[in-house]
Amino acid sequence: MASVLATARTFTLDGISARPVRVEVDVHRGLPNFTIVGLPDAAVREARERVRAALVNCGFEFPLRRIVVNLAPASLRKAGPGMDLAIAAGLLSASGQLEWERLAQVALAGELALDGATRPVQGALAMAEAARESGAEAIVLPAENAAEAALAEGIGVVGIEALGQLPALVAGEWDPPRPEPLPLRLDPAPGAPDLADLRGQPHLRHALEVAAAGGHSLLMVGPPGAGKSLAASRLPSILPPLALVEALEVARVASACGRLDALPGGRPFRAPHHTISAAGLIGGGSPPRAGEATLADRGVLFLDELCEFRRDALEALRAPLETGEVSIARAGGRLSLPCRFMLIAAANPCPCGRGETDPDCTCAPYDVRRYQGKLSGALADRIDLLAAVRQPSAAEIGGAPGEASAAVRERVCAARERQEWRLGPGRCNAEMTPAEARACALSGEAATLLADLYARQRLSGRAHDRVLRLAQTLTDLAGAEAIGEEQMAQALQMRRRDNG
Amino acid sequence: MVEHRACVDCLRRAWLLADLGPYVERIATGEVGSRSPELLRLSNEELVEVAAPKVAGQLLARTAALSEARLSEALEQAGCWACCRHTDVYPASLRDAADAPWALVGRGSPRLLDRIEPFETVTIVGARRATSYGREIARELGRELAAAGMIVVSGLAFGIDGCAHRGALDAGRTIAVLGCGPDVAYPNSHRSLWRRICEQGLVISELPPGATPWRWTFPARNRIMAALAGMTVVVEAASRSGSLITTDLAADLGRDLGAVPGPVTSRASAGPNGLLAAGAHVIRDAQDVLDAMLGPGRRRIEHSGPSLGSELETVLAAVEAGEVTCDGVAAVTGLSGPAAAAALARLELLGYLDCSSVGIYTRTLLPSPTGSSL
Repeated sequence: MASVLATARTFTLDGISARPVRVEVDVHRGLPNFTIVGLPDAAVREARERVRAALVNCGFEFPLRRIVVNLAPASLRKAGPGMDLAIAAGLLSASGQLEWERLAQVALAGELALDGATRPVQGALAMAEAARESGAEAIVLPAENAAEAALAEGIGVVGIEALGQLPALVAGEWDPPRPEPLPLRLDPAPGAPDLADLRGQPHLRHALEVAAAGGHSLLMVGPPGAGKSLAASRLPSILPPLALVEALEVARVASACGRLDALPGGRPFRAPHHTISAAGLIGGGSPPRAGEATLADRGVLFLDELCEFRRDALEALRAPLETGEVSIARAGGRLSLPCRFMLIAAANPCPCGRGETDPDCTCAPYDVRRYQGKLSGALADRIDLLAAVRQPSAAEIGGAPGEASAAVRERVCAARERQEWRLGPGRCNAEMTPAEARACALSGEAATLLADLYARQRLSGRAHDRVLRLAQTLTDLAGAEAIGEEQMAQALQMRRRDNG
Repeated sequence: MVEHRACVDCLRRAWLLADLGPYVERIATGEVGSRSPELLRLSNEELVEVAAPKVAGQLLARTAALSEARLSEALEQAGCWACCRHTDVYPASLRDAADAPWALVGRGSPRLLDRIEPFETVTIVGARRATSYGREIARELGRELAAAGMIVVSGLAFGIDGCAHRGALDAGRTIAVLGCGPDVAYPNSHRSLWRRICEQGLVISELPPGATPWRWTFPARNRIMAALAGMTVVVEAASRSGSLITTDLAADLGRDLGAVPGPVTSRASAGPNGLLAAGAHVIRDAQDVLDAMLGPGRRRIEHSGPSLGSELETVLAAVEAGEVTCDGVAAVTGLSGPAAAAALARLELLGYLDCSSVGIYTRTLLPSPTGSSL
């Protein structure tokens, strides 16, 4: 026997999707040697030592022969320790210690400890789905990943605690039941931040409701401590519950970023610090990783201190905001990540935070101009709503709690239903094209009001359409057929101002 | 149209001043250039001797070598024209000053200069660092005075100056006096405003086209602003502001002074409040300016906004009482958030309120039919 060959299936994570990798193990006579080829990164190359120790410590024999492991396709970069299990299984099969004819039909993923125990990997859900797509019968992975992987339907999932369980599994002596999938929480977990905590501030509450109802991005401007962050963190609780496919996408992202257990349920809320880099915000690096924009997919991305963010980071966010996906081009290939999030931003009115109308404001006018200029640059034309936030009065803070999230969410959901009926499934008013916006039904008074302002050149063409979108959302919230004068007036007040 | 010409000596003086820019800067900066109007009384030879004794001969020779043809060619290339103190079109009001500019270089409509009379001209000055209150007042003063047929003079600077020009452009005529060549838009971010004034009004300077601004050229242009108008109004200025140089110069010429009162706690209003204490006219609106200049009731500004329903009255009262955000208005009026928002939008449309780019509301000067506070 010159040599024995075995092949196994595993995956490498590319952004949030798993790419299939075929592990070919060749054992033949020669000086004892263990080589891994096929563009492995350092973590993959170190699998040699882990696999060797794990085999020996589980009572297997490590063949003292010439071993070559090839990871195909050879042109794809392989990263991470998730291929240990597949390499070990291939090695056992190739050295005749495991008679596993169906090895090529089973996918394996998992990291090995030196004692042969399995350690969880990132992206188990994406791997299970990729295994299903590639026609595998089942996926074997660490027990800690099993519940996560079981979210993928239509494929067998086996969780193992240690490498030593493989012989029993292969021999059919051990046939574990399919693990219970992780519960997908479509609604916010109980005890999540509730809008009732926002006391008083009726206008801010209304702005949040409108933002949620129409998917409009919102800019809050006000002094520090006025409740901007509090308000933003309550937004997920008034958004409509996740659809099943959306929840699966959220889970896939969280799984690939290794934080599925930390997912509180419902829509994600991400609030990156303003020192974040462009790559941190939209994703990037080598190998490319998902950024905050992708982590906020189907949820809320909150940019506190908008003016302090690096300009290049905000610029990088523009295209993803428009298209709902991040596209990262690297020498190794192009990567697409989902990022359909709602943008909420907060800023102080001037560098000192008090606002120009406050007599204590010490900011030089040039500084204020530059600061507010930042508001009108970068992302401004992607923002629909502006809410000026003020320090709530003592009476408001000590007053009764506001309306609870659940009640607000009912109105939001009703308004979203009307939009989907009008625009098509999954679409909201913020996404209306200019043509659609101008086709909105307007009452005579509302049309007069808008035309009056437009004629006086207080409104640009783009702002004109933005006001129409807002007014349509207000009308959907009110449950009316056509945009009335009241809704138009409110939309005019709530619009983001152009001249910064 | 009157032929606008300037004699070659006066034009050479303008070019000499531009050449002297850095030298005068060195000797005039003791009190932020406040000495420059005194220096400008000197003849060419004296001035050169004081400012640049080492290169006096060279500078004078260079100036003397400028031919009339070259000067008019330079003016034409910059799209400018000039007039000098020896021509009829030179404003009579400028002749009052001992340090009057020899020549004026202008861009825009020279006809505005023909018509200029001190009793029909108001200079509005104030801080570059102005509050939203000051900016609003400056804009309304500019607009209403221009609408009442007055010529509004200011200096194109940030803050009060820019707002006064903008207001005046909305309704009538305005003149910008610059501390650099009239074809130089300074500050640069007021380029579009400068262009509008060139088209609809007039930009003048005593410096030739292309001259860059120096610190001393601003007090120097202030003396032109002070002399052109029958009244100088200070909207907002700190206690040691360049705007107060203008009022000092205006007072020396015997012109009227007006000041817009502000909160006594506001640093931005320290200048005008001080002037009021010293006896300047109290300027609350354009009508006060007209009364002070032309005599009470000689020319009336007729205006008042459209009448308001009770809800809008309440909201307007809340803003007048100091609520600047929609939430604040809702809190004191007891209206719901959406209702307060709609009311604010209507008041803004009717011209009673202004909204800043960060959503802060300020009251305009437009009086309401029933309002008593203004």
